[in-house]
Amino acid sequence: METQEKEVKGSVQSAENPGLTAPADWQPVIIGILCNWCSYAGSDLTGTSRIQYPPNIRIIRVPCSSRVDPWFIIKSLQATADGVLISGCHPGDCHYIAGNYYARRRFLVIKNLLNFVGYHENRVQFSWVSAAEGAKFAQVVAKVTDDIKKLGPLHRYKKENF
Amino acid sequence: MARVGVFVCFCGANIADFVDVPAVVEEVKKIREVKYAVYYKYMCSDPGQQIIKDAIAQYRLTSVVVAACSPRMHEKTFRRAVSEAGLNPYLLEIANIREHSSWVHQKNKKAATEKAGDLIRMAVAKSIANEQLHEISVPVTKRALVIGGGIAGIQAALDIADAHIPVVLVERSPSIGGRMAQLDETFPTLDCSQCILTPKMVDVASHPYIELIPYSEVIGLEGYVGNYKAKIKKKASYVNFSLCTGCGACTQKCPVKVPNEFNMGIDKRKAIYTPFPQAVPNKPVIDAEHCNMLLKGKCGICSKVCEKGAIDYTMKDEVIEREIGAVVVATGYDLWDPKPYEEYGVGRFKDVITSLEFERMVSASGPTGGLPIRPSDGKVPKTVVFIKCIGSRDEAKGIEYCSKICCMYTAKHAILLHHKVHDSRAYVFYMDVRAAGKGYEEFVKRAQVETGTTYLRGRVSKIYKMGDKLMVRGEDAQLGQVVEIEADMVVLATAIIPYKTNPALARLLGISYDKYGYLSEAHPKLRPVETAKAGIFLAGCTQAPKDIPDTVAQASACAAKVCGIFSGDALKKDPMISVVNPDYCSGCQNCVQVCPYQAITTEEIPITRGSKETRTVAKINEGVCQGCGSCAAVCRSMAISLKGFTDSQIINEIVSI
Repeated sequence: METQEKEVKGSVQSAENPGLTAPADWQPVIIGILCNWCSYAGSDLTGTSRIQYPPNIRIIRVPCSSRVDPWFIIKSLQATADGVLISGCHPGDCHYIAGNYYARRRFLVIKNLLNFVGYHENRVQFSWVSAAEGAKFAQVVAKVTDDIKKLGPLHRYKKENF
Repeated sequence: MARVGVFVCFCGANIADFVDVPAVVEEVKKIREVKYAVYYKYMCSDPGQQIIKDAIAQYRLTSVVVAACSPRMHEKTFRRAVSEAGLNPYLLEIANIREHSSWVHQKNKKAATEKAGDLIRMAVAKSIANEQLHEISVPVTKRALVIGGGIAGIQAALDIADAHIPVVLVERSPSIGGRMAQLDETFPTLDCSQCILTPKMVDVASHPYIELIPYSEVIGLEGYVGNYKAKIKKKASYVNFSLCTGCGACTQKCPVKVPNEFNMGIDKRKAIYTPFPQAVPNKPVIDAEHCNMLLKGKCGICSKVCEKGAIDYTMKDEVIEREIGAVVVATGYDLWDPKPYEEYGVGRFKDVITSLEFERMVSASGPTGGLPIRPSDGKVPKTVVFIKCIGSRDEAKGIEYCSKICCMYTAKHAILLHHKVHDSRAYVFYMDVRAAGKGYEEFVKRAQVETGTTYLRGRVSKIYKMGDKLMVRGEDAQLGQVVEIEADMVVLATAIIPYKTNPALARLLGISYDKYGYLSEAHPKLRPVETAKAGIFLAGCTQAPKDIPDTVAQASACAAKVCGIFSGDALKKDPMISVVNPDYCSGCQNCVQVCPYQAITTEEIPITRGSKETRTVAKINEGVCQGCGSCAAVCRSMAISLKGFTDSQIINEIVSI
């Protein structure tokens, strides 16, 4: 019993599956899917301004947040990611007139679905970052990384895990 | 199998200082598809690009990954380099290891190196699924449609036509000229409006490249940039323009009198009329709502006096079609109805008039022969109070915005009053004097100093009648006192509002409009004349309140944009747009609903090859599609893919981490 407790102390526990733990220095993998015109440009500005943020995020560029198929989110969680961040233009600023509104509605549905199947609501997050908000992008990434670190490793819903 | 080349850039020290580039290259070489990986100090330099070109030939690469700065920076540079080496430019992928790794993880070289490796791995995985893409070429019909024949439409039409491009100019009223034709003199130079406008109107009528269609409205627009088809309704004028000589006998003899819109109802016109003497075309039309012959079948005087037999009471509205490549919308403005200002006696006191009514009075060709008179008794006013911001900047009764031109035309009216009635006295109640523009502040000063106009900062609370005078009670906020002025006439500077049919027109054209009804530009700063729909442009007050110089400048900008579209025989378009695989399409039409550009329609295709039975599938118009990918995300059967960002490309990226 004692040894078991020790193990738990020095490790991170998964929010969804208490039996799943990782070492204390565990680093989550986060996939960020950003729209080309606002958020991707914003993340570039973060770089140009040399604002530092946690290195866990891997960024994928898409033309518009409305391009994000819920499948991409599910696939990310199934493959490697412990968390997903989707970011688009501010409401009203969409380069493609209204794409971010579609994304927002679609995202609410997928979020409810993921909650229903047992994922913590912070696993998948959504934000609006404009091309001028380099500092905000760094804040968003820091917050998401922090949230995911607290949630611990993701229990992957794969056949072999049941 | 794919053969990928990876080219990692040091970017001087920008990447190399924070990412262990040689280690990354060694790591990348382990990927199965990577046949060649190398680093260099500056990949974007000529020798750097040469390394890429040489490697493409030497290692027979099928795709290229450049790990360097953001694709927003040098994607074009590297695409060109790749295509110069004979590879399709869209087989290039960029791994953004500078903005997304070295610059943002400067304190953690290990993590930055690891991340750079991941980003390259993702780009390699994506590039494996890249397809050859080719720029789309869309044919162009070199003819422009200009909607609205005010100064904006006239200027745009003339500028486009002067570039030898045919223009169809559609005007809803019987004559072009618009609001500017109603003005007497223009600020800040007091140029006679008619004198500078009418030559342009005549130019429009006689220009070999302009087809002027007056008394007509655009009722339909189909297609996309370069390939629009416009439906134009020619309203029945009941006058055969090709026979009419414009002699004016009919308008003299017509017995029906109706308020004259051109003169703001101050005088009367006939049921058969030309709006004003300098009208272009100078041909009369019959107002079907008031003509006795058309309403009751009795009269026919105009037909009897017309020597040419040009009157045709059986004429019907006619719909014509024109194929065009671009549209300039210049529908102009209307004036806000000041009825809510009951405390000013609007509607009760005849001598409380609007600025445009005053403008018509002081116009030399106007209904009063250029002299302002009191509508109540016909006397010439000696004391006139001008009140600005009627409806403008008034959230309670009117609209929130500033109408921009009222400060200037009120100053002009004060000067004109002085010119016409030398012993007159003008008072102006104002909230602010906004005179930003070349020579504008000086012009306001001129009104104050030269003509002795008294500017009072404050609002008028009430206007009441005392004898035949109007008592204007207001506040002089600078003195902190209530003032009362005994006036002969009060002129209200009413706000500019968009023309009432703007929302309907916007829906018809497929462009957006704001909460007031102004048509929306694509970007308020950097794309002020374009709309979100390619090939449709905005000029003048249809977009926002403007003065004449701004309107003319915007109209010429529209013309430049239109000429740009027509500069080649075909339009080149980015190939990263959506395509439908009809084999997979179930015809659910989810995509049709989400497309922000109405680029998706449906078509019927045979169920099997040669079959007579058909089924419905989605069809994407590649001229209209902008490549946002909304449709690809909602497609249940995965029949739609967005070229350059296909499902397999993105999934490859996700699973490669």
